[in-house]
Amino acid sequence: MPSCKEATRLISLAQEKKLDFWESVQLKIHVLLCKYCSNFHKNTQFLSKISQAHKQRDSDET
Amino acid sequence: MDATLEESTAEASKLQDPAYLNELRAQLQKFAEMQLNDHQLAEDAVQEALIGAMKNAKSFSGKSAFKTWVFAILKNKIADILRKRHRTVEITNLAGNSASEDEDFSNLFDEKGLWNQGTEPAAWNNPEASLKEDEFWVVFETCLENLPEKQAKIFMMREHIGLSSEEICVNEELSVSNLHVLLYRARMRLQKCLEMRWFEEK
Repeated sequence: MPSCKEATRLISLAQEKKLDFWESVQLKIHVLLCKYCSNFHKNTQFLSKISQAHKQRDSDET
Repeated sequence: MDATLEESTAEASKLQDPAYLNELRAQLQKFAEMQLNDHQLAEDAVQEALIGAMKNAKSFSGKSAFKTWVFAILKNKIADILRKRHRTVEITNLAGNSASEDEDFSNLFDEKGLWNQGTEPAAWNNPEASLKEDEFWVVFETCLENLPEKQAKIFMMREHIGLSSEEICVNEELSVSNLHVLLYRARMRLQKCLEMRWFEEK
């Protein structure tokens, strides 16, 4: 089972590439069991959404 | 500005406002310079983008549409420049890593790699609604500016310009694992910053 530090690294990595099978299984278990890393996971995905919205806004605003 | 250009822009009266144009130019320059790390190259790209957009200024109803258009052109120009860069094999300053770029978040985790007390990520309360608030964007931009330079640049290339990991690695002469480390650090820092300055304030 990865530590929280390792789990956060894998969560970020998963934005860039498909994790290998067992890495992914272990990460998912960790995230299910750890509220904080589950928050980090959701926040990482939302950060991507923020960046997309920022890009949109950057070109829209006067 | 030459006469023909002036004639074509005359259609869009708002573009006659020098204060507006200077402000826009400054925004474009800042954006381009952050990505390209080169003042002159950025200025050239901004100039080309402005010329490209002004040529067609008639078809724009106001400042907002014009700005959207000119930023879109600039992003394409930047992407082209970044993509071409590796062909000219520039010897870039690889030694540009400051200490803060190298931090390993040892303050966030204990020796077992568990979250230290007080550093645990929070659940963000209704983040969608934040996207509609102007103050949120001020905070977000402040957080971006507070990132170490390299992290900010890579994060913007990936999430804002939308270059692929492979393209960034080639352009920036980074290994894939270096890229992943930089993105990881940028994401961690941005989350912490947003939590501290926004989500926990709410």
